[in-house]
Amino acid sequence: MRRSASVSTSLWFVALAVVCAFFADLTISAHDPWGELARLFSGLLTPDLTRTDYLAEALVRTLAFAFVGVGLGAASGFALAMVFGSRIVRTFCAFIRAIHELFWALIFLQFFGLHPLTGVLAIAIPYAGVFGKVYAEILEETDPQPRDTLPFGTGKIIALLYTRVSQAWPQLVTYTSYRLECGLRSSAVLGFVGMPTLGFYLESAFAQGHYSAVGALLLLFYVLITTLRLWVRPKLVPLYLMVAPFLLGSGLPIRWQNVTRFFTEDIVPAPLRGGEGWSELGPWLVELLSTEALPGIWNTLVLTQIALVLTGVLTLLLYPLGSRHFTNRLTGPLGHTVLVVLRSTPEYLLAFILLQLWGPSMLPAVIALAVHNSGIIGHLIGRRSNDVTLRPDAPTGIERYAYELTPRLYGPFLAFLFYRWEIIMRETAILGILGIATLGFYVDSAIQEIRFDRAMVLILITALLNIGVDILARWLRARLRLKHTAQSEP
Amino acid sequence: MLGRIAFCLTLCLVALGASAQTFVFTAIPDEDETRLRERFQAVADYLQEELDVDVRFVPVKSYAAAVSAFRNDQVQLAWFGGLSGVQARARVPGSQALAQGAEDAEFVTYFIAHKSTGLKPGSGLTEELKGMTFTFGSKGSTSGRLMPEYYLRKTYDAAPEEVFDKVGFSGNHSRTASLVATGAYQLGALNYTVWENEVEAGNIDTDEVNVIWETPPYPDYQWTIRGDVDERFGKGFTDKVRKALLNMDDPKLLESFPRSKFIPADNSDYAIIEDVAKQIGLIDE
Repeated sequence: MRRSASVSTSLWFVALAVVCAFFADLTISAHDPWGELARLFSGLLTPDLTRTDYLAEALVRTLAFAFVGVGLGAASGFALAMVFGSRIVRTFCAFIRAIHELFWALIFLQFFGLHPLTGVLAIAIPYAGVFGKVYAEILEETDPQPRDTLPFGTGKIIALLYTRVSQAWPQLVTYTSYRLECGLRSSAVLGFVGMPTLGFYLESAFAQGHYSAVGALLLLFYVLITTLRLWVRPKLVPLYLMVAPFLLGSGLPIRWQNVTRFFTEDIVPAPLRGGEGWSELGPWLVELLSTEALPGIWNTLVLTQIALVLTGVLTLLLYPLGSRHFTNRLTGPLGHTVLVVLRSTPEYLLAFILLQLWGPSMLPAVIALAVHNSGIIGHLIGRRSNDVTLRPDAPTGIERYAYELTPRLYGPFLAFLFYRWEIIMRETAILGILGIATLGFYVDSAIQEIRFDRAMVLILITALLNIGVDILARWLRARLRLKHTAQSEP
Repeated sequence: MLGRIAFCLTLCLVALGASAQTFVFTAIPDEDETRLRERFQAVADYLQEELDVDVRFVPVKSYAAAVSAFRNDQVQLAWFGGLSGVQARARVPGSQALAQGAEDAEFVTYFIAHKSTGLKPGSGLTEELKGMTFTFGSKGSTSGRLMPEYYLRKTYDAAPEEVFDKVGFSGNHSRTASLVATGAYQLGALNYTVWENEVEAGNIDTDEVNVIWETPPYPDYQWTIRGDVDERFGKGFTDKVRKALLNMDDPKLLESFPRSKFIPADNSDYAIIEDVAKQIGLIDE
């Protein structure tokens, strides 16, 4: 019964994606897409570090922004997790994490400008929302009994540290270090909007077709991510956290009157600011909704649906790479590496690359989202499959895949996929900045036209859309009785 | 652990303070951004010598970021396009256009087409263009967005999205050239100086892509300075900056713009740009 509900839900999703594909523009318009791709690969094979000035600086800044941003996010997320029982806190967390870090950066750029605080807060704020939720869930799952053994009058914080936190410590550390990896990706991508991180130079090098410089920057980034475990040791983390703030660079000084101006003038809807009164606000909103928000929402939904289903398909194809039931001592590490490379490439970066190579359409975005996200889920499902014990006489090859493992893993697979749904949508919206007409495209246009009132309305709509999808996904998970715990979260 | 984190936060906030009285300038990222810092650093060194204050160049990633930095007083001088200059001056009372390139008084936009379109050089904005794919440059560019959109609307009496099958924003002029050269877009519109620079540098194969039309001339790029610099850097500072810019004659420095020399300009030179921007709805009335 349960399986058939899962299967029919899946079929509905696939059918919907097929319908969406008819509405989507999925063409390759570049004249010589494979030639460009070949040039990119030759660039990866002939990386040239000398073409980018300030390379070491970019590397240091990428690390510094990630550490400070994730550090602040984790600390405030932990504080939020303490009071996560409150509905206001839960809603607040859902809201701040529904806005992508690039949108946060675009907002802070308007009043903090090119100051390190812009990049730090752009990472710290949405991450705090995520940390708050996940930390709360992890602590929730600990055994409450030790609490009862403490003497009467033990302080709340002390009690928490010695009971729940100490129990959940391994999970907290694992999750935080996973987010640090995400933070490095976010930090690099913030360069695309002007922070002095790797993305800054990557964008420039790409724009000019300097593929050897691109190759060098990409390889550096992969090395950074794949060696993370080697140099991020629990004992070293406090040291990194202490040094990182000093390595952010000075940027340009903040003028606080800009902050006031932003909140009291810039984001006030034009009719109110211009003194035309509330009666003009209606038509202003209707115009904004009909010409920008609705087309943006439509494209965001269409693209999200296609990307979600393709992510699912790719995940089912890829998870054997991370599973001991399909790999041996030789192919195991290789498969693992493939999955790591897929998930390490930020979707924003991948979409940017594919757009350059294939020309403008939804296709680069769909592929980028599917590749990145299936790398993540594939890795998790592969790991989950390792817990499955097969009979010694279990079939091998395709039969093992189709009859033994995939049916057993289908529940967790759907749970992960629904969890990523909201994330995929958030990313879809942001890819609009690259020129695909999702909500991000209109947000970026409003910012380029220095109309922050419009930008803020569109960002709010994006956030609400994300929260809506999150609620829908949670409802589906509950309906299909898909067990989903914080520990299983990527 | 929490104590440590709190300590780190304090350090973080301390580290974020600081800075002295430095004269900072920026430029809109309209073309080749690689080595932009290096090239403009030479201009910064020149200005530092002429003005006798610390001068710093800061690169930005978008036209809007240049305008924001100027408005937020994080930069005091900027090399703007026509539209970004108008946007910036409207938001900073007292700011003024100081100088423009000799080429900027009569700037034009080139419309270019990939050879697969079959369009002949100089064939103009004809009915044939309808239904093709087209790319602007940056959304905030004068020569890559504002003026071409204005002439497209004037010619076809419709929004670009209705004239063309697909309308994109490449991001900058060099990218427009390369996107049309690879055929990713059939048509594009860009700054003529960038086009000629790219052709001269051999980056563009003129067998693959050609100029089909050029707009009538309009005023474009200019140096704009904030109105409050005299208070902060001393009386007559604005005039000193103007003089330094107009006297810049080292070809190596001028190359980074690329301009032959700078000539005086003032705010009223750009009234036409403001007018056009209002007409196509890029600036509120």
